[in-house]
Amino acid sequence: MSEHTIKRFEDELNLLKEKVLSMGGLVEKAVRRSMKSLLEQDTKRARKVIERDNAINTLELQIDEMTRTILALRQPAASDLRFIMTTIKIVTDLERSGDMAEAIAGALLQSEDHPLIHLESLQNLAEKAILQLQQALDSFARGDVDLALSIIQSENKINSMFKAVQRENLTYMLEDHHQISAGLMAYSIGKNLERIGDHAVNIAEMVIYMVRGHDVRHVDYQTAVALVNTPN
Amino acid sequence: MSTELTNKITVRDLKLWYGDFQAINGIDLDIYSGKVTAFIGPSGCGKSTFLRTMNRMNDRIASCRVEGQILLEGQDIYAPEVDVVQLRTHVGMVFQKPNPFPKSIYENIAYAPRIHGIVHDGPEMDELVEKSLRKASIWEEVKDKLQQPGTALSGGQQQRLCIARTIAVEPDVILMDEPCSALDPIATAKIEELMDELKQEYTIVIVTHNMQQAARVSDYTAYFYLGDLVEFGETTQIFTAPRHQKTEDYITGRFG
Repeated sequence: MSEHTIKRFEDELNLLKEKVLSMGGLVEKAVRRSMKSLLEQDTKRARKVIERDNAINTLELQIDEMTRTILALRQPAASDLRFIMTTIKIVTDLERSGDMAEAIAGALLQSEDHPLIHLESLQNLAEKAILQLQQALDSFARGDVDLALSIIQSENKINSMFKAVQRENLTYMLEDHHQISAGLMAYSIGKNLERIGDHAVNIAEMVIYMVRGHDVRHVDYQTAVALVNTPN
Repeated sequence: MSTELTNKITVRDLKLWYGDFQAINGIDLDIYSGKVTAFIGPSGCGKSTFLRTMNRMNDRIASCRVEGQILLEGQDIYAPEVDVVQLRTHVGMVFQKPNPFPKSIYENIAYAPRIHGIVHDGPEMDELVEKSLRKASIWEEVKDKLQQPGTALSGGQQQRLCIARTIAVEPDVILMDEPCSALDPIATAKIEELMDELKQEYTIVIVTHNMQQAARVSDYTAYFYLGDLVEFGETTQIFTAPRHQKTEDYITGRFG
């Protein structure tokens, strides 16, 4: 796409996109690190994740300020408007995902007395959730509709992985009541990871809106594909 | 916008030349009844020329030649038997620069109905003058000075006076060629508000360089470029998700 005649507007939009991507990068890192701290029982790392959530929140505020300014001063239309709308929406998804990472790190700090033992299914879920988030950010960066669709398609996968975590921990808890604290903790971490997956799907849906102008929220995958393939 | 649309004006394969230069390259377009349609596009794209074909204002230009059809409620306005003066009472026009007659406010309104024999002087004319000025939302501002010259009014008031003058002959369609470009934002807002009221009774077509204005006032938008109609659609669609890259580039300011 050619550039805006008003160079400063072009610069503002580029800067905004950069900010969203760096915020996304921080969130992705936070989720990775929170899981790593959990797996390695590394409380120092967990505390760092919690401290660094501030940086994510600061970026959220900066991005909100920038979108507000652009709306007021530039009155964006068409693809610019859709980009701004997308930014406003996904910043919230990213901020919440950051909070989920913080919660996972916090779970480790609370569970020092009764550490989690059965981590494999959680780890699988975490890997999938992080992949979804990473791909959602890639699809935003590149305006990649196919990638965004594949994220929406994977939503069920995440849900069934979370169900597996639930089932597994329920079994442990039933077998041994000493496992109840750890089991509940695992459940709550699993829930956080599943939500990160949901936020990745939200981002993917907004990317499709940004690129194609179709709103694919609250429709199933098949309908989303059909919408993407119809002209406006 | 699900209510059924009817065409007030139907344009089919319209072409227009100024001498050897083809300014309009074969346009098909439906102007819907009771809606505001905005024409946008860069200077020289043919939007004003196209607007002027709708009440045959281009007839006055000797080198101008028109082909194709413009149907006003099914009647070809370029048919030989059409009386252009009559046509212009059905399709009125408001120009960029307010151009009241150098006469009183009252006479500005009364002149056309009188010469067309629509209404005779007297109480009936008084009533028509008041009604027209009211519809153009200027009655309250001028009711105590109807005998003063129209040219003494402010720019925004003059433009509303011109709209009242157009309304006085009960047209079907009002063509507006950049009606606010000489007005300040408050006068502009008044005209825009007025357009919203007028579309209950009239079909409005507006040419504007101000894209935000097109977005604010119109139900449908047509984007013109180099004599072609590039895209026509609901204004919300054009401004949020245009289909054509050229429209996208123009609307987002990536043009040229």
